[in-house]
Amino acid sequence: MPCARKRGAGVNLEDMNVAGSIVALAGSVCTEGNSHVFSATHCPYPAPGYPSPSFIFTPFFRVGSFAFTKPMLLALVSTVVVVAFFWAAFAKPKLVPSAVQSLGEMGIEFVQHQILRPMMGKRGDGYLPFLVAIFFFVWIMNLMEIIPIAQFPAMSQIAFPAALMLMVYGTYTYLGIKHQGLGGYFANMIPKDVPFFILAILAPVEILQYVIIRPFTLAVRLFANMFAGHILLLVFTLATWYLFSASIGLLFSATSFILVIVLTAFEMLIQVLQAYIFTILTAQYIGGSLEAGH
Amino acid sequence: MFHLLAAATPTAFNINFGAVAYGLAAIGPGIGIGLIFGHGVEAMARQPEARGLIQSNMYIGFALTEALALIGIVVPFIFKATGSG
Repeated sequence: MPCARKRGAGVNLEDMNVAGSIVALAGSVCTEGNSHVFSATHCPYPAPGYPSPSFIFTPFFRVGSFAFTKPMLLALVSTVVVVAFFWAAFAKPKLVPSAVQSLGEMGIEFVQHQILRPMMGKRGDGYLPFLVAIFFFVWIMNLMEIIPIAQFPAMSQIAFPAALMLMVYGTYTYLGIKHQGLGGYFANMIPKDVPFFILAILAPVEILQYVIIRPFTLAVRLFANMFAGHILLLVFTLATWYLFSASIGLLFSATSFILVIVLTAFEMLIQVLQAYIFTILTAQYIGGSLEAGH
Repeated sequence: MFHLLAAATPTAFNINFGAVAYGLAAIGPGIGIGLIFGHGVEAMARQPEARGLIQSNMYIGFALTEALALIGIVVPFIFKATGSG
């Protein structure tokens, strides 16, 4: 039984470029320039996904074993953008706000009234800087996907949502133990007045939820949304090039291009929605930790 | 005789199980999101003044349900056997 040549996980990156030139007709060289599906050279194109060159970056420089790659640069740029914006808005606040201060006030009021107050009430106002920082940091990092030259959502590397998740997890666990006591924090996870045989199932599920499932889904939700969104845009953008030819391929290519534009608009909605969801779930978890039991 | 049959049968089983897994994983969240937005629209039609409250809860529910579908799309990349991907 002949073995099918498999591209993807089992093939390392150098082999993918070599594979293209092996599969092509003898005498032609496969470059990105002539990888079209209808062309005579039959050059393949590696599918976007995790091991593909779309998600693996050659570092700009190395310091020992620390490699500085493009997602790190994007994270630094996002941090500088957020800090610079709020600094410019509130460095010298006036009673009659300037334009930048108005924008900053709109942003902070959105987080305060739509996210913080419904979840935590007035006593949570001390956590407003944390929530504002999370919301705008996640949003600007997500926006990097559609900004030219950058065009990579840094949140699609699992490390960045995981770092934010650790901050949120540490915060709400510490606050829960501080406000409810160590035993009280775990005791309050389990609802009272429940028959014992339901409690035997409910208690482990609830404890698992607070300890493992909430932080895991918080990080993976953001990561997977950005990862899948980037792959979507990549597939249709590559398809626009790959299907391009002087024949019926032109129609396929044009459709693919229209889809890229539509999906970019959809991605803009998803980016702001994911930032909102991350922030509001953070507010909910912290609010749940602050109240002294049900 | 079976080895002759095996040689004659076309190898139709080059299935990418990662893709099949995501297709199956998208059933549940698809139904769930449909329920969320369906009930949300009905609630907004019954009580238009509660629109803001219902909308924000709808989006929270949507994101929580969508997370499962998206974990489904990411899992084939994580759990890679030598033959899948």
